[in-house]
Amino acid sequence: MKLTLSFICLMCLSGLTQADNRLNLTGSSTVAPVVMEIAKRFESVNPGVRVDVQTGGSTRGVVDSRTGMADIGMVSRALKTNESDLTAHTIARDGVSIIVHGSNDIMELSEAEIIAIYIGKITNWSEVGGEDRRITVVNKADGRATLELFLAHFSLKNSQIKAQAVIGDNQQGIKTVSGNPGAIGYVSIGAAEYEQSVGTSIKLLPMNGVAANMQTLANGEFPISRPLNLVTKSLTPLSQQFIEFAQSPAVADLIKAQYFVPASR
Amino acid sequence: MFQPHADRIAKPLLAAAALVCAAVLVLIIAVIISGAWPALISQDLVVFITDASWYPLEGQFGMLSMLLASLLVMMIAILLAAPMGIICAIFIAYIAPVRVQKIYRFAIALLAGMPSVVLGLWGLTVLVPLVNKWSPPGLSLLLAGIVLAVMILPTVALTSLAAFKSLPIALQQAASALGVRQHVQILKVFIPAASAAILSGMLLAMARALGETMVVLMVAGNVVQFPSGLMEPVRTLTANIALEMAYATDQHRAALFVSGLLLTAMVLVMMSFAARIKGHNDYG
Repeated sequence: MKLTLSFICLMCLSGLTQADNRLNLTGSSTVAPVVMEIAKRFESVNPGVRVDVQTGGSTRGVVDSRTGMADIGMVSRALKTNESDLTAHTIARDGVSIIVHGSNDIMELSEAEIIAIYIGKITNWSEVGGEDRRITVVNKADGRATLELFLAHFSLKNSQIKAQAVIGDNQQGIKTVSGNPGAIGYVSIGAAEYEQSVGTSIKLLPMNGVAANMQTLANGEFPISRPLNLVTKSLTPLSQQFIEFAQSPAVADLIKAQYFVPASR
Repeated sequence: MFQPHADRIAKPLLAAAALVCAAVLVLIIAVIISGAWPALISQDLVVFITDASWYPLEGQFGMLSMLLASLLVMMIAILLAAPMGIICAIFIAYIAPVRVQKIYRFAIALLAGMPSVVLGLWGLTVLVPLVNKWSPPGLSLLLAGIVLAVMILPTVALTSLAAFKSLPIALQQAASALGVRQHVQILKVFIPAASAAILSGMLLAMARALGETMVVLMVAGNVVQFPSGLMEPVRTLTANIALEMAYATDQHRAALFVSGLLLTAMVLVMMSFAARIKGHNDYG
């Protein structure tokens, strides 16, 4: 009996210490995969610490960090003015590049041309100076972060877009464009740059004269990009330690592996 | 004396095992219904039919075009796969020499084991660029039907073959004794006798085509619209769930569960038809 009691006490104690070493993160499904990787490494260099990562969208990240449901929120955009009670800690940047088939002789499209193509006003490459070929518009499925970023940049609504193909992830988008000489799509810059470097037949178009690559994304020149943030209302020592770790060069490889660029600091 | 005792032990064990199987189905349906619940109580159910299109983030939840696309893709697949599968089964059962029979059977079994994602990849990287040359974008209703037909062909062929093999030998003996020629035997005796089992196999294949996700996700184009032709891209209910579930929240997520519920209901109806037909079959 005594033994059982002391055992229970021990359990309680360990439970308490566990609560102290436990970190909760919720929010954006774009940020979550890379944060999960960072959390694994954080746990391995800090034995006894448990980091719990849950998705649910940027809005949930804001709400949960505000109410204290989560120690840290994950938000895949800059904070809005009515969210100034929170502090954003940028860990990486994500960018979206317009891609066309590698054989397409178009070198650049203006923003107006891209909008006209996506809403179905321009349906042939000859109308923007290319060869006589029907344009295949490749769009992303509802809920994808790249779609949100694309729509926000061009001030479009998803229901305005007249697509001939809708895809899910970046890989599927790249395969669809590289298999169709008339296709135009948009994907995460890192994924596109990598695929191009291994010989996939795609071309990344510059935006407003700025080439689409990891350098212009990293130094903030590339126009279609967004910060990936960890947001907090107040900092406990452990969350501060985690945020500093997530912003340190020790996790740069994990961020690059998800096709983001580590935030410059 | 020993036998009844063993029965007494075996009976509850077997009953428990069977209960687990049945419980899984009930559990899955319960999960789908609970996932769909927020949409079922807060929306007028007709919006899933009457909304013009599917833009869940803009509050439009129309599923009719996707439901139609699912059915059309399935119909194309079975229209292509059924004749080929049945002919294949006839050839193996009645015409091919024993050696060829074995090779063909093996090949069909191999095709049946082909992961659908591989078929989808083949469609996306080989067929789509090919079709794209004469009818861009290539991703289309027809192509999805064709690749699905390849996928369900072995199901039709193997169930038809099993149907022919299970016909009583007396049937063939009687037909031969009457001097009926082989092609007449096949057309007038064997096919009618096996038709119920063949039909139930076709329903199984159709249920499989309806539930297939990976292939259609890769080759159908996934544009939500009522197709105006065979070469137009479409989005099926399954592809919709696969595309959006990972990123969906709140009403969007619940609406996806509603489409899951719809799919489950359709597949269950088809399966029960298949079972009923099979039950009426004299020889199956």
